[in-house]
Amino acid sequence: MQQNLAIEMKNISKVFGALRANDNVNLEVRPGEVHALLGENGAGKSTLMNMLSGIYTPDSGTIRINGEEVHFSSPKDSIKKGIGMIHQHFKLVDVMTARENIIIGQKSSFFVHGKKLAKRVKDLSDQYGLDVDPDKKVYDMSVGEKQTLEIIKVLYRGARILIMDEPTAVLTPQEIRKLFRVICNMKEQGCAIVIITHKLNEVMEISDRVTVLRKGQSIGTVDTKQVDIPNLIEMMVGKKVSLSIEKKKFAEKKPLLSVDEVTVLDGEGKAALDDVSFTLNGHEILGVAGVANSGQKELCEVIAGLVKAEKGRIYFDGDNLVGKTPRDIIKLGIRMGFIPEDRLGMGLVGTMDIVHNLVLKDYQNQKGIILHRGPCVKKANKLVKELDIQTPNIYTPVKRLSGGNVQKVLLGREIDSEPKVLITAYAVRGLDIGASYKIYDLLNEQKEKGVGVLFVGEDLDVLMDLCDRVIVLCHGKITGIVDPDEVTKEDIGLLMTGKVEEAGNEEVQS
Amino acid sequence: MTAFLAACIVAGTPLVFATVGELITEKSGSTNLGVEGMMLMGAVMGFLAGQTTGIPGLALVAAAVAGAAGALIFGVLTVSLRANQIVSGLTLTIFGTGFAQFVGEPLLGSSVPSEITSFFAKVSIPLLGDIPVIGPIFFRQDMFVYLSYILCALAAVYMYRTRIGMNLKALGESNAAADASGINVTLYKYAHILIGGALCGLGGAYLSLVRMPIWQENIVNGRGWIAVALVIFVAWNPIKGFFGGALFGGLSILGLKLQAMGFGVSQYLVDMIPYVATILIVIFGTYKKKKESQPPADLGNNYFREER
Amino acid sequence: MDFIRITKRDDLPKKKEILITILAVILSIVFAGIILVIFGLNPFHIFREIILGSVGTGHRITQTIVKAIPLIVTSLGIIVAFKMKFWNIGAEGQITMGALGAAWVALNLGDGVPRPLMLLLMMVAAAICGGIWAFIPAIFKAKFGTNETIFTLMMNYVAIKFVTYLQYGPWMDPAANGFPRIATFAENAVLPALGGVHIGWIFAILGVVFIYFFMNYTKLGYEISVVGESVETARYAGMNISKIIVIAMLISGGLCGITGMIQASAIEKTLVYGIANGMGFTAIITAWLSKLNAVNCLFICVVFSMLMQGGDYIQIALGVPSAVSDIVQGLILFFVLGSEFFMRYRVHIGREKAKEVA
Repeated sequence: MQQNLAIEMKNISKVFGALRANDNVNLEVRPGEVHALLGENGAGKSTLMNMLSGIYTPDSGTIRINGEEVHFSSPKDSIKKGIGMIHQHFKLVDVMTARENIIIGQKSSFFVHGKKLAKRVKDLSDQYGLDVDPDKKVYDMSVGEKQTLEIIKVLYRGARILIMDEPTAVLTPQEIRKLFRVICNMKEQGCAIVIITHKLNEVMEISDRVTVLRKGQSIGTVDTKQVDIPNLIEMMVGKKVSLSIEKKKFAEKKPLLSVDEVTVLDGEGKAALDDVSFTLNGHEILGVAGVANSGQKELCEVIAGLVKAEKGRIYFDGDNLVGKTPRDIIKLGIRMGFIPEDRLGMGLVGTMDIVHNLVLKDYQNQKGIILHRGPCVKKANKLVKELDIQTPNIYTPVKRLSGGNVQKVLLGREIDSEPKVLITAYAVRGLDIGASYKIYDLLNEQKEKGVGVLFVGEDLDVLMDLCDRVIVLCHGKITGIVDPDEVTKEDIGLLMTGKVEEAGNEEVQS
Repeated sequence: MTAFLAACIVAGTPLVFATVGELITEKSGSTNLGVEGMMLMGAVMGFLAGQTTGIPGLALVAAAVAGAAGALIFGVLTVSLRANQIVSGLTLTIFGTGFAQFVGEPLLGSSVPSEITSFFAKVSIPLLGDIPVIGPIFFRQDMFVYLSYILCALAAVYMYRTRIGMNLKALGESNAAADASGINVTLYKYAHILIGGALCGLGGAYLSLVRMPIWQENIVNGRGWIAVALVIFVAWNPIKGFFGGALFGGLSILGLKLQAMGFGVSQYLVDMIPYVATILIVIFGTYKKKKESQPPADLGNNYFREER
Repeated sequence: MDFIRITKRDDLPKKKEILITILAVILSIVFAGIILVIFGLNPFHIFREIILGSVGTGHRITQTIVKAIPLIVTSLGIIVAFKMKFWNIGAEGQITMGALGAAWVALNLGDGVPRPLMLLLMMVAAAICGGIWAFIPAIFKAKFGTNETIFTLMMNYVAIKFVTYLQYGPWMDPAANGFPRIATFAENAVLPALGGVHIGWIFAILGVVFIYFFMNYTKLGYEISVVGESVETARYAGMNISKIIVIAMLISGGLCGITGMIQASAIEKTLVYGIANGMGFTAIITAWLSKLNAVNCLFICVVFSMLMQGGDYIQIALGVPSAVSDIVQGLILFFVLGSEFFMRYRVHIGREKAKEVA
C-alpha cells in the first residue's frame, strides 16, 4: 500500500504581470525524504514554495497535502496542515524575544503564560538537536541563531513538512554542518523536508531526490544518487556549461589603495570597523568575506567617503581620502556599487529610467544649474548594447527590469567611468548563472586593465574562484587575509566566526 | 493648586481619549492623521444625539460610531486599497472638519438638554474622593473622566498582558512576520483602526457634551494634532498617555491660571504654549534612542502579501 | 477571501490611468450628490448653482480667479516639498508669516516709496518670512530626522496665534477705535489690477512655468526627486541631503509666503490672523491630485476655485452651508486616492478552475 505523498503539486501556474513565474509545474515529495528544489535565481522555486506556505495562491493547478486537496488563502491555513516554511529573509519580530516570537499568532490562553511553552520548546530542542535561548531578543541574535529560532517556531506549530528557502546562503561552513545534522534528525523522525537551493554541492550532499526548475517550468525529478553535478547543471541551464571562473595571475603588484588602521563607529558608538588595514593592488580582485553585518557595508562606505572614519587613514595616489567628500572621491576615480537586498535601494532610483540613473553619478560634473541629459542618453544606448541589457527602451523605469539587468545597469554605470578602483558589493545577488558569469567577466576585464577591484560577496565558492586574495571580516575586524589557492573553505569559515588560531592562514595583519 | 490640577485632568481628558485611540491605531501599523477630523465627527454626532434624545449613553455611542465611521474610510483606503497613509489621514481631517461644520451649522449656539449635563456632572467617589490631595484631583470628576481612567488601564492590560496585545505588537513591528505566524493582518488592522477612531470620537464628544456643552465651530481647535504628537511623546504607552494628556491639558489652561494670578500676559501668546511644547517634544522625541521607545518598525507601511 | 484576489500590476498605460482618475472624480460627485439627497437637498440644483455661482457672471469669474491665484501659488510650494516626501502641512503658517513680513514692510516704509519698489520689497520680505518658517522644521528634519508633519502643523498654530497677538495688541491700529485690526495699507502697498483682476495672476502663471522648469530641468529639481524616492540612493550618489532639504523648503515656504503677501496686499489690504483661510490645507489636496505636476496643478486649482466660489455663492444665495464644498473636496480626494489602487493592482474575482491533467 503506497503511503500518501507528503506534497503533491500538479500543473501549478502563477503569473506576475507579464512574468510566468511558474508554468505547469509538477512536484512530488515523500514523507521522510529530503527533497531539493534546484534551479537558478529566477527559476520560480520560491514562488512555488510560497504557494505551499499560503503566501501566494496558484492561478491554476492543484495541491495535495498527505493525499488531501487543499486551498490555502493565508499562511494560517498552511500552518494548520502541518507545513512550516523557513524563509530566506527571516520573518521574525526584532524587538521581541525568542519565546515571544514562537507564540505570536498561536491559540493559547487569553493571557500569556510561560511554563507550558518553555517545556515544549525544550522538548523540541532536545528532539531535534536545536539550541535556543528563549529570552534572547532577536536583534541580539546571530544569523544562525535566528534560523534556529525560525525552525523551532514551525516545529512548535506542529509542522511535519518543512520548507527551507536557501537556508545556507547566510551561514558559515560550520553552521551549515550543524544544519545538515538537524535536517537528518528531522528526516529520521519522518518529516518531509524541501530545500530550495541553487548550490549544487549541497544538493549532492544532503538530498535524496532533486527536482529541477528552469525558467518557471519543472524539468524533471531525479534520484540524487543517480546523477552528478554536470547532469544537474545541464538540467538547470539547458545546455552544457562549464562553471569555472577564469583567474589570470598578474605579476605586477602596484599598490593602489592603502587602508591603514581604519575604525568606523556605528550609530551606537560601537566599532563597526575595527582597526582595519590592508592594501588593494592594481590588476587584482581582492575579495571580502564575512558573515552578514561584519562590517562589509561600512568598509565600502568609508572608502567611498559616505561614512566618517573615526580613526585611521586611507591612502590613494599619495592622498588621504579620509575627510574628503563622496563627490571628490568619485572624481579621483574610485567608484562603488552596492547591491542591497532589494536590489534598488542604494544605487538606483527605481522610478527613473536608465538615462536618469546614469545622470545620478554624472550630473555633478556638469556646470551650472541646468540638468543636461544628452550625454547620458548616448551613454545609455552604449551600455544597453555593450552589456546586452534587456529593456523595452532606455526610458523604461529601472524597477521594471528583471534581475540581472538591474545589476548590469549599476555595474555598467560604474565601469563606464573608467575607474582606477572599483568596489562592488553583492554584484551577483539574485542573478542566474549566465548573468553572474557575465559580471565575473566584466570584473576580470577591469582587472586586466589594471583596475583594483574590491569584491564583497556572500558565496565562498565564487570568492575562492574569482579572487586573488580574500580578506575575512568578523565583527568589524580583519581576522585574516588569505590566498584562496592555499586555504580551504572551512578555513575561511573559521575566520568568519573569529576562530583565528584554528585556521591555516598565511598572512594576518594586526 | 489642587483645583488647578483637577482642572488639568478635565482639560486633558479629550486628549487622553484621542491619544490612546491613535496609539492603538499606530501599534497596528497605521498612522491615521485624521484624528482632528474624527474628534470633530464624534463631537458633532454626539452632540446631535444628545440634544435629540437626551440619553447620555446614546450620545456616547453616536460619538464613538461617528469616529469609527471616519476611521473606516481611512481603513478602507489604506488597508484594502493601499493608499498613502499620510495623505489619506489628512483628507479625513479635511473631510471631517467639513462634515462637522455642515451638520453643526443648524446647531450653532444651542446646547444639550439637562439630562446630559447632569449625567456628566462631577461625582465624588465614596471613600476615594475623601483622600487628602489625591481625592479632589482624581476622584471628584465626572463620569467621562472616570471612563478615561478605565480606558487607560484596560488599554495597558490589553497591550502588555494579553495574547492579542502581543500579536498586535508583532503586527506593528513586522507585517510580514505577523502574517507568516498566522495572524490575520487585515482583520487586526481594521479592528484597531476602528477602535482608535471610536476613541477619538469619544474624545471629541467630551468637548461638546461636557466641557463646553454649547455647539461652536472649531470646538476641537487643534487638540487632535496635539494628540498625534503626544502619541510619540508617551512612546505608545497608554498609562503615560494619561499623564501626557493631563500635562498638555494643563498647558492649555495655564494661560488663564497665570492671568488669574496676576501676570498680565497676552492671552494669545499663552495660547501658543501647548503648540510650542508639542514642537519641543517632537524635537526631543528623536533623541530617544532606546529600542523600546521607538515607533513600531512597520508603522506607515501598507501590507501586500504578494510583494515581489 | 478566496473569491477576490489581488495581484500587482506592471505599469498601466497613461490613458488608462487618466480614465480611472476621471471615473473616480465622477463617482465622488455622484456620492456627494447622494449625501446631499440624504440631507434633503436637491443635488442637481446645488451643483448647477455651484457652477453658475462660479462662472455665471463676469464678476463671479473674477472672484473665482481671485480664489485660484493663492491656491495655485501655495500648491506649487507644496509640490516642491511633497516631491521630496517632506510632508509640509505648514503652508497655512507659512502664508501667515509671509503676510506678516509683507505687512511689516508695508506699514513701516511709509507711502513715499514708489509702488513697484514697495511691492517688490514686500514680496521679498514675505518670501523670506515664509521661507524661514519652513526652514525651521526643515533643518530639524535634515539634521535629526525630526517628524516634519507635526512640526509644520504646530508651526501653523504658532504663526496664527502670534499674528492674533499682534492684531489685538502691539500692532492694533489706534485709528480703529478699539476694534482689533491692523492698519490698512497705503495705496503703494496694494497690488494693482490688470484685466479686472489684481496682478497676482501674472505671478501665478509665472510660478507654474518656473516650477515646471525647475523640477524637470534643473539639477536641484532632479536632486529633490531623487531624495524623495530614496534617501539612501541620494546619499550613495554623493548628494548633500541636508542642503537639498533646506533649500527645497526655503523655496516651498517662500512660495507660500508670497501667497500671504498677495492676499494681504490685494485682498485684505492689511494683516489679519485668518489670512490663510484654510488655503494651506486645500492646497495639499490640489497638489496631490495634480500628481505633483505644476501644469496639472494650474487646471486643478482652477476647478477647485470654482468649487469654493460656488460654495460661497450657494451659502449666500441658498442658505446652504459652504462646508458642502469642503465635503466635496474631501470626497474627490478620497475617491482618487482609492482609485490609485486599481492602477497598481489587478483584482481577480472567482476561483479559476483547476486544470487537471492525468
